[in-house]
Amino acid sequence: MDATTGELILNWKPRAQHSRIGKLFDSKPFLVTLCMLPTAGLLLIFLTYPLGLGLWLSLTDTTIGQPGEYIGLDNFTSLFDDPVFWGAVWYTIFYTAVATAGKFLLGLWLAMLLNHHLPFKAFIRAIVLLPWIVPTVLSSIAWWWIYDPQFSIVSYILVDVLHLRAHYIDFLGSPWSARWSLIVANIWRGIPFVAITLLAGLQTISPSLYEAALLDGATGWQKFRRITVPLLMPILSVALTLSVLFTFSDFQLVYAITRGGPFNSTHLMATLAFQRAIPGSQLGEGAAIAVSMIPFLLIATLVCFFGVGRRKWQQGSDND
Amino acid sequence: MPGLTRRDTLLSGASALIGASAVPLIGARAADLDVPTADVPNPGFKPEAGASIRVLRPAKFVDPDETLFRANTKKFTETTGIPVRVDFVSWEDMRPQTAVTANTGAGPDIIVGFGSDPQIYADKLIPVNDLADYLAAKYGGWHQLALLYSRRWGTKDWLAIPMGGSGGASVYRVSWLKEAGYDSIPNDHAGFLAMCEKLNKAGHPVGFALGHAVGDGNGFADWLLWSFGAALTDPDGKVSLDSKETIAALNYAKELYPQMVGGTLSWNDASNNKAFAAGDISLTFNGVSIYYVAKNSPDPKLQAIAADINHQLPPFGLAMKPPQSSLVVNAMTFKHTQYPNACKEYLRFMMEAPQYAPWLAGCLGYWSNSLKAYGKMAFWDADPRLKPYIDSMDTPYYDSYQGPISAASSAVAANYTLVDMFASVATNNATPEAAVKQAARQAARYLKG
Repeated sequence: MDATTGELILNWKPRAQHSRIGKLFDSKPFLVTLCMLPTAGLLLIFLTYPLGLGLWLSLTDTTIGQPGEYIGLDNFTSLFDDPVFWGAVWYTIFYTAVATAGKFLLGLWLAMLLNHHLPFKAFIRAIVLLPWIVPTVLSSIAWWWIYDPQFSIVSYILVDVLHLRAHYIDFLGSPWSARWSLIVANIWRGIPFVAITLLAGLQTISPSLYEAALLDGATGWQKFRRITVPLLMPILSVALTLSVLFTFSDFQLVYAITRGGPFNSTHLMATLAFQRAIPGSQLGEGAAIAVSMIPFLLIATLVCFFGVGRRKWQQGSDND
Repeated sequence: MPGLTRRDTLLSGASALIGASAVPLIGARAADLDVPTADVPNPGFKPEAGASIRVLRPAKFVDPDETLFRANTKKFTETTGIPVRVDFVSWEDMRPQTAVTANTGAGPDIIVGFGSDPQIYADKLIPVNDLADYLAAKYGGWHQLALLYSRRWGTKDWLAIPMGGSGGASVYRVSWLKEAGYDSIPNDHAGFLAMCEKLNKAGHPVGFALGHAVGDGNGFADWLLWSFGAALTDPDGKVSLDSKETIAALNYAKELYPQMVGGTLSWNDASNNKAFAAGDISLTFNGVSIYYVAKNSPDPKLQAIAADINHQLPPFGLAMKPPQSSLVVNAMTFKHTQYPNACKEYLRFMMEAPQYAPWLAGCLGYWSNSLKAYGKMAFWDADPRLKPYIDSMDTPYYDSYQGPISAASSAVAANYTLVDMFASVATNNATPEAAVKQAARQAARYLKG
């Protein structure tokens, strides 16, 4: 017996000792590093490099055609005195806040309607997604026609068909109406994303909870307040974060409809950054405006994620 | 072909070109090739052996622009055996692609770029004094705007060959002006305003872009400024906007605005074309495109509008020359090319009458001539409506007039600084004094303060 055991022990050799390469591949840290490399490479090339380049450009006076020199924070100090920049910051925050609130109120409402049993359910849900699927540039152009001072379908119906108004509506002709018009278009485009995400969340809520509440005599509002909202919170916080990010960095809608006019009242930080950097050829200044968006985005993300969705599941526990 | 004169050969060549591209009939008069030329010896550029050329230019807006440009290039290849590739790039992509070519020293040998580009890339370009001087001597000299844009600022060194400019004019409805009692547009501010008031009363308001429209918005703002003798900068390039002339222009804009159709504050570059084609406005400033599109449309309604359109230079006001600028296109030859002589020979070929004349005529005034002699061609008379677009480049005005042309000039236009200044005063959102100070501050971010 002893001899057999002894033989067995002697015969067993760890495979790693066969070669250096084999040994290397048995090392866990090496394998982990190796498997991470492609991802790290992609992130470095497509995320870190552009971000780093943007940061660097914002510290230089580069223009299109001329490599710039390092000028420290000059771009930022000069933006600090620029009323157009502050107008864009203000409108970006306003636009994000109002449009996100609108998207969530209407989106939640739509999600709850869609959660009921309807005929042609799948078809209706697919239709609801349309504004989200259509390329934004196309829907922006459609909105541009809707808001056109001479050819608006809305004005045409109100003035020429229903005779409710004497003059065509000048949607984009004054700062405030232009700002609200853009927000309406943004809400229209954003509702499907919110509605479909929240609908997915609603469908994970067990119907038995509602049945139990019904037996206890809960009203509709109480069911919404005590069951739907708390159980929807996790997905709500994720959807809210994404929606705020999309809205804050919006570009196409404003660029296609107003280009920041009338007199810069509808510039978002993204459109102003583009206007200064590419058509205006001041790459450094444009990059500085784009970089200025980062702190706002960070704060907004943190507030959404931790303020709204501060739940145990985020720390890895069950959501009770 | 024995028995044919040189003129006949040219004629058949030109009509073949024009016939092939289905250019509207009036363009065919260009086949006359009635360009007065001086007898100047050919500079005789000797293309390098094995040369080939790549050209980058802005995309066409009217079809003959591309077909005739390609046909002329093909003719060059047939004559010299030098292959030439021409790429047409959308207007927004021109500047970034030019910048990449200039910075990397690789890519097209010739770029036909916009406005201030030769000044920005001055050190990367091959001087073309020999070619420019030859063309000037043969074709009656260059127009003023060509001299300003294409020579190194303040010197006589040619950086590029100006191929043409896209100019603007007043586009108006003849019958509606007649109803208001006018055969032509008054050339002074008070008269022009009175006419706009009468047109508006008759239900035919005028319309000028006051929104963020790169071409039309800046064009209208520049007209207001220059026709009142105001200027963005002084000859040293220092911002000189804050002047009593600018205040006068702003007050005038305030009076003109109520005579305009509603919604001009949100107009982009396409809006005045749309409003004019729909019969909503009686007068606007534009290139030849409104007329061109209406005339070539199969729609009888647009045909009728085309028949009722006429053009006139924008009112001069206090200016001595047309207070408007042109979008100048300049052919730049980059130092990185291996075949500088082939490039020069190609540009010489393209600028000579047998090629340039049909191209110019085919575009029906979309491009206007940079060389004076081409303004004397018969096709300009064949359709008298085109007359205001001849010699659009005969003007001293340009972006950031009167200072040097630089990247900063484009930055001010791209930020709509002047457009917003006029728009905010016209709509009573700012006083003239406050608006001009604000605009001067914005302009000084790029120009000298």
